[in-house]
Amino acid sequence: MALINTQTRYLFFTGKGGVGKTSLSCATGLAMAEAGKKVLIVSTDPASNLDEVLGVDLSQAPTAIPGAPGLFALNIDPEAAAHAYRERMVAPYRGILPVAAIQSMEEQFSGACTVEIAAFDEFSKLLGDPAATAEFDHVIFDTAPTGHTLRLLTLPSAWNEFISSSTGGASCLGPLAGLEKQKALYAATVERLSNASETTVILVSRPEAASLREANRTRGELGELGIINLMLAINGLFYTEQRDDAVAVAMSQRAAKAMAEMPEALSDLPGTTIPFLPRGTVGLEALRLMVHPEAAEVPTKPVETETAMPPGLGGLVKDIAKTGHGVVMTMGKGGVGKTTVAAAIAVALARKGHKVILSTTDPASHVANTIDGKIAGLTVTRIDPAQEVAQYTQEVLEKAGKQLDAGGRAMLEEDLRSPCTEEIAVFRAFARTVDEGKDGFVVLDTAPTGHTILLLDAAEAYHREVMRTQGDMPESVRELLPRLRDKDYTRVMIVTLPEATPVHEAERLQGDLNRAGITPHAWVINQSLLASGTHDPLLAQRGAHEIPFIRRVADDLSQRCVLVSWLAETPAGETGLSQVICD
Amino acid sequence: MKKLEVFDPAMCCSTGVCGVEVDPVLAQFAADLKWLEENGVAVARHNLSQEPQAFASNPAVVKEMEAGMERLPVIALDGNIVSTGMYPSRQQLAQKMGIAVTSEDKPAAKSCCSPKSGCC
Repeated sequence: MALINTQTRYLFFTGKGGVGKTSLSCATGLAMAEAGKKVLIVSTDPASNLDEVLGVDLSQAPTAIPGAPGLFALNIDPEAAAHAYRERMVAPYRGILPVAAIQSMEEQFSGACTVEIAAFDEFSKLLGDPAATAEFDHVIFDTAPTGHTLRLLTLPSAWNEFISSSTGGASCLGPLAGLEKQKALYAATVERLSNASETTVILVSRPEAASLREANRTRGELGELGIINLMLAINGLFYTEQRDDAVAVAMSQRAAKAMAEMPEALSDLPGTTIPFLPRGTVGLEALRLMVHPEAAEVPTKPVETETAMPPGLGGLVKDIAKTGHGVVMTMGKGGVGKTTVAAAIAVALARKGHKVILSTTDPASHVANTIDGKIAGLTVTRIDPAQEVAQYTQEVLEKAGKQLDAGGRAMLEEDLRSPCTEEIAVFRAFARTVDEGKDGFVVLDTAPTGHTILLLDAAEAYHREVMRTQGDMPESVRELLPRLRDKDYTRVMIVTLPEATPVHEAERLQGDLNRAGITPHAWVINQSLLASGTHDPLLAQRGAHEIPFIRRVADDLSQRCVLVSWLAETPAGETGLSQVICD
Repeated sequence: MKKLEVFDPAMCCSTGVCGVEVDPVLAQFAADLKWLEENGVAVARHNLSQEPQAFASNPAVVKEMEAGMERLPVIALDGNIVSTGMYPSRQQLAQKMGIAVTSEDKPAAKSCCSPKSGCC
């Protein structure tokens, strides 16, 4: 059985983090390889776990997967690509230019744009130049979380437009210098993406309303880019006819409802559905079960579930409330429930009589939806990149544009259309929001891991910049990094799920934060089936699989750890979100 | 034809909007260079982070950088350094070039600050 039935040479899996893009890419690739094809799997996710799923150390060159003849994989790590790019640009001048000059060059190549450019460059080499992958029948891209994916996809057309309309010549190509040389390659990349006979894009979704909504949004955005050869993969559909287990009934009903209410444009797409599997999807054996779920054994006897359970969120929120003000940031990979945890904490703090601002930097967030009613003392804000860019552009034009003649103004406007502008604009909004934690509580649900790290990196670069320049920086920006590092001002909560990949990801995130001088306050293990008390054989089996991951977080990784149960009802509104907070 | 070369500090873009703070001087300077070109001056602009080769192959510029990075931008006219550490105004540029600034050419903003290097 083919998991994804398509003949195109290129396959893209896209969807919000945590929906199983990597697992599906690998399972599809494995099935194709076992049908006699030669297949290359490529990850462009900055937080890729392709190595883990395939059980082999990967590099930026195709590596054969042991135990799967014909299957190869490679990892495009944007950070590593950016580093290589920086070295390529700077290394020839060591010893020729003064040390200070080398340092100032390196600083310019440490920013977010360089990472973006370097990643896209690698991506284009594979997609824009068919010779690079000529030996493979299929090339499967396990793409990064949606926002990032879309940026990668939209950038080239933005750039093409930018290059063709650039009249000044000396304008803000910034680290994109050399871009014009690559124009043909990038154009070929865009062309290939929208060519239906060459490329299929598979939207991956969980059978959940929010996940499906996200998939539909992506469908629309891809359509605008001329990419219409789409398929839909529903991952992890749970169904039971049992009526005696509340958790199983709720999970089954919730999935059925989400599927029934799926936007029509989505349900019209060809696709596939993968049932709920009690084990993870790490390793070739587990991947084969995704293709042949009928081969999975359902346990008949109860599984061993004895372990010391960490407490709920209640105590943690009580302790935070005592401090009276500050910033709470929930961090973690997309799909782990950062928004839900952030909203629940915000609601709980507001109910204790505090002034609370809940803010999201995830442009795809539905945080506003999860708080239906108005709660006294609680304000919901969102950092919308498009809006921030417009505001920043206007501000700059007003401030600097006035003194300029027409030529100067045209050039300034042109530079404001560069990809960097969004990073800057969002960053300023982020700093502004953190600043508001002086007087009350600010709860932020940050964007997916990769982006968050970039944001913090940008903060670091800014910090250095601020120390050097004499400009009239907003106070909020100047204070940002020290505030993020002040454990009495900012409390970082790492949110994860009790599964292999999310815990592994969160561990890496904690490492990154530590390097940036930030120590997480606590870990939140979300959506635990073990804590839900289910007796359904399939779900209980999955619950038992959580134990080693709960132990790893509680015993080794965290200063403080709390466990949140899988909830029969999607937590929304004041009452729903209050359920998330237990002792 | 006169040739003006500008050796900028490492920065993301020539108008400086990618930095923490927009520097109007940079935006104006970019416009002034365009004006010079329109008046028959060959202008070449080099950014340290993008075209280090232009710096490395010019011993006089390397010497300036060794004296201190604040000597950037270095501006050279027909190979001779005519200005360091600041972006001259249109008036000053015109004077060095021997071009008359007519009343139609809007006088430029005064330039006295050192450039702010900034990127994303």
